[in-house]
Amino acid sequence: MIVYGVALLSACLILGMLIGELLGVALGVQANVGGVGIAMLFLVLASNSDRFKALVDGASGTGIQFWSAMYIPIVVAMAARQNVVAAFEGGMLAVVAGVAAVIVSFALVPVISKIGNSDTSSQESQ
Amino acid sequence: MEILETVFVRNSLVVAFAVVGLTIWISYFLADKLTKGRIHGSAIAIALGLLAAYFGGKATGGSTGVADITLLGGIGLMGGGMMRDFAIVATAFGVKLSELKKAGLAGVVSIFAGVIVSFVVGAVVAVLYGYTDPVAVTTIGAGAVTYIVGPVTGSALGADSDIIALSVAAGLIKSILVMIGTPLVAKTIGLNNPQSAMVFGGLMGTTSGVAAGLAATDPKLVPYGAMTATFYTGVGCLLGPSILFFIVNAIL
Repeated sequence: MIVYGVALLSACLILGMLIGELLGVALGVQANVGGVGIAMLFLVLASNSDRFKALVDGASGTGIQFWSAMYIPIVVAMAARQNVVAAFEGGMLAVVAGVAAVIVSFALVPVISKIGNSDTSSQESQ
Repeated sequence: MEILETVFVRNSLVVAFAVVGLTIWISYFLADKLTKGRIHGSAIAIALGLLAAYFGGKATGGSTGVADITLLGGIGLMGGGMMRDFAIVATAFGVKLSELKKAGLAGVVSIFAGVIVSFVVGAVVAVLYGYTDPVAVTTIGAGAVTYIVGPVTGSALGADSDIIALSVAAGLIKSILVMIGTPLVAKTIGLNNPQSAMVFGGLMGTTSGVAAGLAATDPKLVPYGAMTATFYTGVGCLLGPSILFFIVNAIL
């Protein structure tokens, strides 16, 4: 049943979000701390475990795959509802701060990627 | 016209599916014909979305881009936080636990490094623009972390609303630039495997930026980047009004 997969996905998200909120409260932060990431971990664990086989195999799995495939369309919709006008009306300070933060962060990706990882086996030819 | 509006508004989410589907079809067509596949179709679709959001915001004066246009209200639901998070979690289906473990340490380091580096860059820019008030400098620095960390930090410290608006703008610029820039720099920064994607997510941190940037680079990398990125805002909200503010306060 397709809905079993969808229900599993939903349960993972809700559980992750609850833990994320609780973490936020525990840390005294007005934000959800890693709720989505924790939900993803649950789904990874469930899809790698035998106990949940009935919820991730066959038709149930296609219920999850559908939402995974809807990801890019949802991201396009997300882009279309951003407050782009406000971003550019913030003036030069906002633009400079945003652009500089991105450039420095981009530059750090190869540096930190080296931590705890000496093999570069997954470098595929483009 | 009234009938059209009634049907569109009553079925807003369905309209959104159709409109987004058409946008993606056009984008893939353009990617194929104009760029011969060199620019990914989804990168064009995301750019078109941002462009539409700009004109939508200009036309309506609202804050949610195209979604403020009555006929396209469903875009707001389809692209909202709930659907985004649901789809992001779904991308984790099929991810191997071993890949996550391999990049575990680098992933954690990248989150803290990302928050601190973006904050410092934002704060330095604020100082260069003549701000000397520690609260203002901290809030703008936090805005360069993400557009959520900015206002959370600002309101915790009691910053003025124009400073908070500025911090949100800085965060939005960052998010938009990550969406557009990631596919362009992916090769240069070695963004072609799960480990570097996790580091990338932790360093950039903006969930929407990382989500869209990786989707336009290689959809297989999305779950890895998204996983670390979702911890970033929480860490930012934790460090911004506390340690980072104390440090700024001590320096200025």
